[in-house]
Amino acid sequence: MEGKKFNERRQIITLIILIVGGIFIVRLFFLQVINQSYKLSSQNNVLRFVTQYPARGTIFDRNGELMVYNEAAYDLLVIPRQAVIADTLAFCRLLKIDIESFRTRFEAARKYSRYRPSVFLEQISKEDYGYIIEKLYNYPGFFFQARTLRKYPRPIAAHVLGDVGEVNNNDMERDPVYKMGDYIGKSGLEKFYEKTLRGHKGMKIMMVDVHNREKGSYHDGIYDTLPITGKNVYLGMDARLQEYGEKLMVNKTGSVVAIDPETGEILALISSPNYDPNLLVGRARGKNFNELLNNPMKPLINRAIGGTYPPGSTFKMINALVALQTGSIDEGTRFSCQGKGSSPIKCTHSHVSPLSVQPAIENSCNPFFWNTFRSILTNPSLHGQKKALEYWHQKMLDFGLGHRFKTDIPFEVAGNIPSRDFYDKVYNGSWNAMTVRSLSIGQGEILVTPLQLANLAAIIGNEGYYYPPHLARRIGEENDSLPPHFTKKMETGIDARYYRLVKSAMLDVFEGGGGTARRFKIKEFQAAGKTGTAENPHGKDHSLFMAFAPYDKPKIAIAVVVENSGFGSTWAAPIASLMMELYITGEIKRPEMEQFLLENFPDPVEQ
Amino acid sequence: MRENKSIFTQIELPVVLLYLALTLIGWLSIYAAVYNEEHKSIFDISQRYGKQLLWIGLALVLGLFVMLTDTRFFNGFAFIIYLVTIGMLVAVLLFGSTIAGSKSWFQIGDFKLQPAEFAKFSTGLALAAFLNRLDTYISQTRTKIISIGIIVLPAILILMQYDTGSALVFSAFVLVLFREGLSPIPLILGLIAVVLFILTLYFSPLYVIIGIAVLLALSLFFTRRNIQVIMRLLAVFAVASLFVVSVGFVFDSVLEPHQRSRINVLLGLDEDLRGAGYNVHQSKIAIGSGGFAGKGFLQGTQTKFNFVPEQSTDFIFCTVGEEWGFLGTTVLIGLYMMLFMRLIRMAERQRSTFSRVYGYSVVSVLFFHFAINIAMTIGLAPVIGIPLPFVSYGGSSLWAFTIMLFAFLKLDANRLNVL
Ligand SMILES: [Zn+2]
Repeated sequence: MEGKKFNERRQIITLIILIVGGIFIVRLFFLQVINQSYKLSSQNNVLRFVTQYPARGTIFDRNGELMVYNEAAYDLLVIPRQAVIADTLAFCRLLKIDIESFRTRFEAARKYSRYRPSVFLEQISKEDYGYIIEKLYNYPGFFFQARTLRKYPRPIAAHVLGDVGEVNNNDMERDPVYKMGDYIGKSGLEKFYEKTLRGHKGMKIMMVDVHNREKGSYHDGIYDTLPITGKNVYLGMDARLQEYGEKLMVNKTGSVVAIDPETGEILALISSPNYDPNLLVGRARGKNFNELLNNPMKPLINRAIGGTYPPGSTFKMINALVALQTGSIDEGTRFSCQGKGSSPIKCTHSHVSPLSVQPAIENSCNPFFWNTFRSILTNPSLHGQKKALEYWHQKMLDFGLGHRFKTDIPFEVAGNIPSRDFYDKVYNGSWNAMTVRSLSIGQGEILVTPLQLANLAAIIGNEGYYYPPHLARRIGEENDSLPPHFTKKMETGIDARYYRLVKSAMLDVFEGGGGTARRFKIKEFQAAGKTGTAENPHGKDHSLFMAFAPYDKPKIAIAVVVENSGFGSTWAAPIASLMMELYITGEIKRPEMEQFLLENFPDPVEQ
Repeated sequence: MRENKSIFTQIELPVVLLYLALTLIGWLSIYAAVYNEEHKSIFDISQRYGKQLLWIGLALVLGLFVMLTDTRFFNGFAFIIYLVTIGMLVAVLLFGSTIAGSKSWFQIGDFKLQPAEFAKFSTGLALAAFLNRLDTYISQTRTKIISIGIIVLPAILILMQYDTGSALVFSAFVLVLFREGLSPIPLILGLIAVVLFILTLYFSPLYVIIGIAVLLALSLFFTRRNIQVIMRLLAVFAVASLFVVSVGFVFDSVLEPHQRSRINVLLGLDEDLRGAGYNVHQSKIAIGSGGFAGKGFLQGTQTKFNFVPEQSTDFIFCTVGEEWGFLGTTVLIGLYMMLFMRLIRMAERQRSTFSRVYGYSVVSVLFFHFAINIAMTIGLAPVIGIPLPFVSYGGSSLWAFTIMLFAFLKLDANRLNVL
């Protein structure tokens, strides 16, 4: 009884297994023998999977002017297994390549895969495409794929826009979306906003007969996917200002950064020497890239965010602000230039002495700022010099120094603000204000980028806050699409009344009778600025200038660095002045100043 | 010594031959799937077929070790092995690496191990050892609960690793319990539940409930109409309706989006052929293009384009279908059928409950893998990533299946010594 019951169950299990096996065989019989629609590839027709490349998003400036767009081009692809070339010479003539090039290209394609398509000849122009396509039916296994190339209406802002190139193995490993031959942003905005700009690839499945003719979509295209165009990026940059700045910086090494203080949008970002972005497009990209890479002037480096300089006198105002806020000095505190216990740092200007903070900024008095810095470190409310330096360090970070803004182009550097730990290590723990005195005048270990310097000008213009500088003002068509840290208001924690002291001192640099930039005063509005000279152990000092305008409600904050050009007011200040004039009034009324800048700059080779 | 000698004379040779045939077919298919002119050497360890050759060699060594193990070990250590496996499943949740979306791997350098594969073996052992005890009867509620607990515990741990496919394999043990005397009603209820589930996704729950009501009303005509029957039918109706209503909820709120899309695609409800449907479609093209006799070894084109995803692992059946055609697929299915029939016959001739239950566990797990894997490649089941036993690429699964099978061969060879 029991045995019989289990025997029944054994048979049921056996039956279940056999039924499943039977269903599979019947199903496979239909799939493999009866149904003919899957036989395509073994007969005359083959399926060709053609990637549909999306148009890459374009980039606009703040006034809606197109800075980058796409132009059609075509890649010729080959599937080596299907390739039949009766007359190789005719084929080479058709493509305008020599036979040697034909062999290496075909060999490379075969090496990649005999079954999968690979690019045989890339980026064929629209005109050549029209001519070749008519003859292509003679060459089975070859076919075209539409691509796009980047074009730049004005040959400017190469460092900002960046370039696009074919993906490499690393890219493909990091993100499997990329396949051999795909394009990817390699630098600048193209790299940072790659995911926004690239869009989504589509796939078209075509049936192709033995004569290399496309017979239409497979299954009426139900398995096809359409490409989705990349999103556009809208910049805060002013293309006209950028172009003008690049013109002024010709033959000079250095950079210019202009920021809209109200929003943190970057209006211009120039690194000189630069290059025409159209050089890094198309078939000549590799060759041109290597030339730029090997150029001794290093045009590929973006000095505006990657170059670091000691800020020199431009830094004195920051120390003054910290000293005022902590009560280490007040508006009336005066320090003498000469005499007993005056200073370990000599004054480089002759002026009335002693001075209070505002005239000290105007005269860039070294002894005053040494005393100011020492007052901060010895301020009893800051609990000793080492604790005080920690506090000072934190304040510098609040000013956007010593760290990255995480702005939207790659390769931004942090600069350097030395910390207490650093000095503890270097001096074995025994150091004081005297040891680190060069911090008082922006020399020593302090390094800032031109971007940070421009941001300092924005902070002073704003009387105490900034938005992290960034290039994009909108991504795609939606509002509020920016990374959230770009719209976060950053406070320095220093009262506006102290900023007003510093601001009025900076106003005198342009407007005052003895101001170092009085020659570059702009008639239409009031500007405020500060010169600086960055000591350069390798040669002539770098000329620095930072400014903002209009004085009451700044619309532009700017920093200019001209390497190896000596004192700040000679070259950097007029460049800043002209750019502020152009941005605010929309025109240049001082052509002679522009002329001077373009023609009289000493040839760097002769120095 | 005497025992060891007799082992190799008493071993069920056809099963060993079937095992070798399947691993060979598997290796040839992996070779064909990743074949290219550059790497022709079959020992090229940088290629999958080179690695698989190594895995097969190690599997044979493992099989030999298992054959040399004392049979008492399997029974005596069944629960310890089970607990060690459970410990590994917990450990992999805590310290494992995530590969292809499931956190179920131990990775040491290049070497990867998936404890879930071995859990099937140890669950079979534990279940066998438990039902072998003199105080267990499948008719007892206590026995039922503990048996199901032994099966469900590893399944839950594997589910927590997001490895849904491997977790589902444990449902195969229902067949074992059925053979041991569990009422078939849970099986049938399960089947009905699946049918209702599918119907509910096709039609709206309301229509399904109306359909059930009509069916039950009709059945009234064929039965005696007394109050008891009517009460029962009403109860059935209530339970079925509740189930149908909750399916909608489960489908929308409990299943992960990718699982939902796989089920939708399978049922033809989802036109999104880019995702899960695309894979199955490519797989069907590859198999279908093989025709009656296939394109010949290494002549497959569809599979070489890399259109078929997971080609040497879960979709290895495509390569067989494309290159060997209907003849090849039928032979492969035939080989599996022979293996399962043999194993069932062997299980039935065991003298101990332990060996029989274990034998049925082996059949059930292998069969479940076979059925789901092939059904998925030919579009009869959702894409559940589980390997085809002995054929798919991968060391972990091959070793686990080998240990499972050879442990049973050992028990079988030794069956006459069991009193
Ligand atoms: Zn002085």
